[in-house]
Amino acid sequence: MTLMTARSLQALACALVLGGAAVAASLLIETPAAAQPGAGPIVKIDNFTFGPATLTVPVGATVTWVNQDDIPHQVVANDHGFKSRVMDTDDRFSFTFAKPGEYGYFCSLHPHMVGKVIVRDR
Amino acid sequence: MNDHDDGDQGRRGFLKCMGWAGTGALWTLSGGVASSVSLGQALAAGDPVKGFSFLQISDSHVGFAKPANPDARATYREAVAKIIAMPVKPDFIIHTGDISQLSRDNEFDDADQIIKETGLTVFHIPGEHDMLDDGAGKAYLDRYGKGSKGAGWYSFDHKGVHFVALINVANLKAGGMGSLGADQLTWLEADLRGRSASTPIVVFAHIPLWTVYADWGWGTDDAARALDYLKRFGSVTVLNGHIHQITQKVEGHIRFHTARSTAFPQPVGGQAPSPGPLKVPTEQLHAMLGITTATLVRGTEPIALVDATLAS
Repeated sequence: MTLMTARSLQALACALVLGGAAVAASLLIETPAAAQPGAGPIVKIDNFTFGPATLTVPVGATVTWVNQDDIPHQVVANDHGFKSRVMDTDDRFSFTFAKPGEYGYFCSLHPHMVGKVIVRDR
Repeated sequence: MNDHDDGDQGRRGFLKCMGWAGTGALWTLSGGVASSVSLGQALAAGDPVKGFSFLQISDSHVGFAKPANPDARATYREAVAKIIAMPVKPDFIIHTGDISQLSRDNEFDDADQIIKETGLTVFHIPGEHDMLDDGAGKAYLDRYGKGSKGAGWYSFDHKGVHFVALINVANLKAGGMGSLGADQLTWLEADLRGRSASTPIVVFAHIPLWTVYADWGWGTDDAARALDYLKRFGSVTVLNGHIHQITQKVEGHIRFHTARSTAFPQPVGGQAPSPGPLKVPTEQLHAMLGITTATLVRGTEPIALVDATLAS
């Protein structure tokens, strides 16, 4: 939780510096209504797979996961640095990546479902 | 535990139970070989002494409302109606998890109300769908976990049979399948230690304890250690759910069986793009949902597992 909070604050600071109010608003917000269409890269959850399985984004990008299955899923970082609530059909989860690095994640319900976000310096 | 009368559970009770099974297949599993036998053969097989039966119900997914089942509460009620109509009252029910669809309070509430109609004691374990509250399983434990350990595991004895409830849906790891975890395995070893090898053992867990289909995560990563503790027993029956279809396997004296769901069917491993619900025509749905009766006949080796569909 401490790690998550620190990351959240870093991400928030980054978003404010960039003046990206929309980015800040989408931080860790999980309802479909809060997602910003076209605001950032999308990972589709379809047929129990993350697509793309590996996504490369610039630092500060907000990635949004969308569940297109008729079974719920839950996105969790391997190190638990981020975690969605349970996502039913069409639910979304967004996370802003404030630091470069490789972020492996999986579905906590179906852990054979794995994906990765690679965050590069601008 | 209940007001069950032993005397009524002799051969007559056993046969009634078989009769109730209707179109369900009867599998006797003994001596390391599973064989499907006709009812006539079953009647001729020895003279059962006192025994008892219990039910396995699984994957009720209360809250699910998508093709091919717009109302999983309704099909759960149908399963309960079948149980109430049984000519021989089973001693208790084991629910092998995924009680709810999304771990919501109203889903658990409704599931409890529905199963309560049977008037039978119900032993629960969680499926991964019952671990989705913000406390990652706390809601389940608050409701069903009294007297259990860790993520909800426990054991009990009934009429000479030792029942073990294992949890393999907690703290799952990236890239893995089901997991029991070191703490639970240590507990299991201690729980079984000192028990006579002639004690019949029934183990139940949500995800199969053998690998049915690894690509879909249909197995338990550290099940081998659990099975190692179980292999010295002469009769071990492993009851699982999760995959919403009947599969079975025998390994030594350990017999594995998965039950149907009361909510929706899933495809055979690898025979669809994903393990998502099988969208069958409405008129086919009930033939793919069901419950399982386990009958233990004292003095003979096999535990008879009879699967009956909601259509039968």
